[in-house]
Amino acid sequence: MSANTAATSQPRIRVEGLAQRFPAPDGNGETTVFEDIWFSVEPGEFVCLIGHSGCGKTTLLNILAGLATASAGNVIVSGQEVTGTSLDRAVVFQSHALMPWMTVMGNIAFAVSSKWPRMAKKDLHAHCQKFIDLVHLTGSENKKPSQLSGGMKQRVGIARAMAIEPQIMLLDEPFSALDALTRGSLQDELLSICAETEQTVFMITHDIDEAILLADKIILMTNGPDARICEIVENTLPRERTRNNMHTQANYYPVRNHLIEFLVNRSVGFKDELASPDYDPRHPPVVGPTVVTDEAGETGTGVLRAQA
Amino acid sequence: MKSMSLKTRSIVLSIALLFAFAGLWQLMLPEGTGSAANMDPAYAALMGATAKGASAMPGPLEVAKQIWEHVLNPFYDAGPNDKGIGIQLGYSILRVLVGFSFAIIVAIPLGFLIGMSPLFYRALDPFIQILKPVSPLAWMPLALYTIKDSIISSVFVIFICSVWPMLTNTAFGVASVRKEWLNVAKTLEVGHLRTAFRVILPAAAPTIMTGMRISIGIAWLVIVAAEMLVGGTGIGYFVWNEWNNLSITNVIASIFFIGLIGMVLDMILSALTRFVTYAE
Repeated sequence: MSANTAATSQPRIRVEGLAQRFPAPDGNGETTVFEDIWFSVEPGEFVCLIGHSGCGKTTLLNILAGLATASAGNVIVSGQEVTGTSLDRAVVFQSHALMPWMTVMGNIAFAVSSKWPRMAKKDLHAHCQKFIDLVHLTGSENKKPSQLSGGMKQRVGIARAMAIEPQIMLLDEPFSALDALTRGSLQDELLSICAETEQTVFMITHDIDEAILLADKIILMTNGPDARICEIVENTLPRERTRNNMHTQANYYPVRNHLIEFLVNRSVGFKDELASPDYDPRHPPVVGPTVVTDEAGETGTGVLRAQA
Repeated sequence: MKSMSLKTRSIVLSIALLFAFAGLWQLMLPEGTGSAANMDPAYAALMGATAKGASAMPGPLEVAKQIWEHVLNPFYDAGPNDKGIGIQLGYSILRVLVGFSFAIIVAIPLGFLIGMSPLFYRALDPFIQILKPVSPLAWMPLALYTIKDSIISSVFVIFICSVWPMLTNTAFGVASVRKEWLNVAKTLEVGHLRTAFRVILPAAAPTIMTGMRISIGIAWLVIVAAEMLVGGTGIGYFVWNEWNNLSITNVIASIFFIGLIGMVLDMILSALTRFVTYAE
């Protein structure tokens, strides 16, 4: 369990008491987007953050990336406090954010030459080609983004992020603008690439199935304003899951139902749960929904509460 | 007719309109009113053909013939008041290009500064708003007094009229570069200079080029008027000189050449704009 290993090895990302506040639109006081956010991401872990619009998911990701500054709290990456952007943290933007005047190769080479300015031209080309091949865009190197489909553009975005070989990849709803088929195949690719490279990933999504497929750990955020972490759900499905066999896994429905229950009901009225004395923002409850078999042999859904 | 392409049909129509216009022009030519008999002989001699009943207003064929003569021999030089139209146009184009180049050197870096810094945008905005609507020729006396050289003054006037569209368009293009592209550069820890040249400049290039296209159009409008004022050389001076010679034929021929060069300048800038335009 990650909570135990955290004591012995250093987490890749440690978020401590993060808060973001903006001046209220009417000029009186402040609006708190989120408050008292604590969690950590272990090396090689794939973490998804789920929450409704307006809970500050993108703001949180921008703070992790160093593009925004938090009102309070710290982000510590591999033992160092985040004070700005870094080539160790690559971002895949929701809108792919490719430079339309550069080719596929040009976009990736721009990133690679930013990380290794002294890399020889031949090595640079080979390095970029490796990542273009990795996302299955071989043959499209010299195309401009406008000549690519939405899914292909996002593949370039992922290749660009991976090509700088970052310690952490931060993905901001990377597949939300794509159709279901494209989304599915990109999820499969991302899953196999991350399994291969043991890439640490922090991803924002509001697609439950996407989170169950990809994530080792799913962080649930309550509705904004004044959003908190509700709980952290351990994915109880075996890691060898695929999009096609996922729904046949015994624990699929317990996890799925737990997440839907959160999004539909608990995310709204969670303020009451937060008020309970058991809730500690520094150690949000960690749960692992599984199938339980009672004494009579009837199967049902159970939620294992981990020790906070 | 139906089988013709739109392009062919438009060319046919253009030629038809040209002939219709020339015919109308020919029909509306005034009769000559002068009569050498009632004139002082010295004055009649000065009036030349006009005094013998011909109109100073030429017909389309005369103008076409004159244009053809200019085309055949554009670069002759027979003294300060008799130079080929090619030489005169060359002087004007040179002045426009020099003034325009200086405007690029000033407007693009300054536009970058204004576009990237809200502080400079606000601080410089009142100056730009007041100076922009000033007719470039209003600067002419000041230029003549301070520079004390008529040629450089006309170049200065071209500079001042070219600077504003480029400046405002550069500032606008730079300010509206998509935030996400800047964020990409930021997450890749790209330095300021590299961001400016690899991200902001290509992103803003189509807007900047549009500003340059507007500028060169205005500069070509202004050079004619400026050269009429300062005299000496240039197509503006040539037009005014031919007016003083009462050679309406040459005045009309000049109008044709001024239009032609203006069109070519615009086409060059438009081709360059296409070169930097990107599809999103």
